[in-house]
Amino acid sequence: MADAKETLIPAEENSFRLEAYLARGGYEAARKTLLSMQPGQVMDEVKKANLRGRGGAGFPAGSKWAFVPKADDQPKYLCVNADEGEPGTFKDRAIMTRNPHLLLEGIVLTCYAVGIHTAVIYVRGEYESIARRLEQAIGEAGLKGFLGADVFGTGFGLEVYVHRGAGAYICGEETALLESVEGKRGWPRLRPPFPASIGLFRAPTVINNVETIANVPLIFRYGAEAFVAQGLPRDGGTRVFGVSGAVKKPGLYELPVGTSLRKIIYDWAGGPAEGQGIKAIVPGGLSAPFLTPDEIDVPMDYESLAHIKSMLGSAAVIVIGDRTPIIDVLRIVARFYAHESCGQCTPCRVGTTWISKTADRIAAGGGVPGDLDLIRRLAEGMKGKTLCPMGDAAAFPVLSMVGKFGRELEETISRRAE
Amino acid sequence: MSFSLSQTAAKRVDELVRRYPKKEAALLPVLSIVQREKGFISPEAERWVAATLGLRPLQVREVLSFYTLLRREPAGRYVIQVCRNLSCFLAGSEEIIRHLEARLGVRAGGTTADGRFTLETVECLGNCDHAPCLMINDDDYGPVTKETVDGILKRLA
Repeated sequence: MADAKETLIPAEENSFRLEAYLARGGYEAARKTLLSMQPGQVMDEVKKANLRGRGGAGFPAGSKWAFVPKADDQPKYLCVNADEGEPGTFKDRAIMTRNPHLLLEGIVLTCYAVGIHTAVIYVRGEYESIARRLEQAIGEAGLKGFLGADVFGTGFGLEVYVHRGAGAYICGEETALLESVEGKRGWPRLRPPFPASIGLFRAPTVINNVETIANVPLIFRYGAEAFVAQGLPRDGGTRVFGVSGAVKKPGLYELPVGTSLRKIIYDWAGGPAEGQGIKAIVPGGLSAPFLTPDEIDVPMDYESLAHIKSMLGSAAVIVIGDRTPIIDVLRIVARFYAHESCGQCTPCRVGTTWISKTADRIAAGGGVPGDLDLIRRLAEGMKGKTLCPMGDAAAFPVLSMVGKFGRELEETISRRAE
Repeated sequence: MSFSLSQTAAKRVDELVRRYPKKEAALLPVLSIVQREKGFISPEAERWVAATLGLRPLQVREVLSFYTLLRREPAGRYVIQVCRNLSCFLAGSEEIIRHLEARLGVRAGGTTADGRFTLETVECLGNCDHAPCLMINDDDYGPVTKETVDGILKRLA
């Protein structure tokens, strides 16, 4: 067994291969756990580790699993959300590319804990090569008896399938994902009922992000206490921070939960790009309210970001340089949500399109006084008024730009109106 | 019905139909298989898929018109998808898109007259540390410049 601590994205070459994963001690945690622990104990251990969802909402994984009925008299499903579509986010791509067996080991542990015998990895359509890599890994693990009818000789059965999306941001929303797997449009469902009671094919279903599941083996390998100690008491482990935009070294940095945003940008990503200052920062994927440079001493965890009225989301950091007009950012953001609104709820369908058209008009020099009020009203009209969080996701960044960069936007409007 | 798939693809479809408790769950994967083999999903293909999965043709059309990667018309041999979302915009994607439009003589969304290239703009490809990035068929490229894009086109031509 290797002494080096397993990371979500290993640096070694060919880290994705089964032999490499085994040489790093892979699948040992799952084997030991399945042979020596009861499912309930496994769930308790994950609760103790305070593993929070890495997809965006940050819900504690152990508690989510506990909502699923214990009875074994009906099928239950695990859906691994690999639809990674939140702009700025590219961490799951790296985990699946470089460490597919870690994800599979996490799936084994999760399914054992919850009593699930079928897992579906929902991979976004664009990730063709990743889907192939996962299927290869599933085949290899099956041959070794790590998956299949008799996992580690314990009699526990588990089939894992890769299911491909076909291009739709909304399918990263958990109930839209379920609809999509069922062969329908990705239209989010009304909740309740929650997927834990009525999910895929109307059966109890756990839905977790790739990074969340990939963390599970680490809890069993090093212990829940070590996992918590690595991050924060109520938010254990590391996060894979993806940094892009106007920085010297864009990339993925796996760091303890709670690392300061300043540290991530300056110490890891090399600071702002040559010759630029920082104008704004997206701290957690495009849906997170924008931050200004005086807010970057914030620790990157769910609660600290909520405290300053933003969110950690998918931990994707986008740095916007001071040479970029904020109206351009606004129009790009607005266009994205208008393009991706599924069309089911009127406030989102109409609101995103209207905001996008208004932003385009301002950018083209046709802004008129009152435009920012219009945008604000439209965004407020979506917030909390849609079936799924997309209404909020579309409103948050827009409202933060209008709020924090209102003066620049007003100047743009009056200058171009002259 | 005149529509048929290659033996390998048909076998794959059979597996998928049996995999799920409801046949219709195989719809997206089956449409992807059809598109991969035929390049697009024709009205005949739609009817075939509906019959194979026990669906009404309308249910297939509903799904087909929702997902951006599924196409109802033929595309060029090489489909170039250029990301236009924020990280790529900050790295100059608009210039790349304009350059490609000029080079290929088509607007985004169009296909060259020789049927070689289709140019599309897309939302985030999840490759933001390689911005500005694009995909050509299944392959990722990035960060690209006008010069590297020219080089890639030349190699494909």
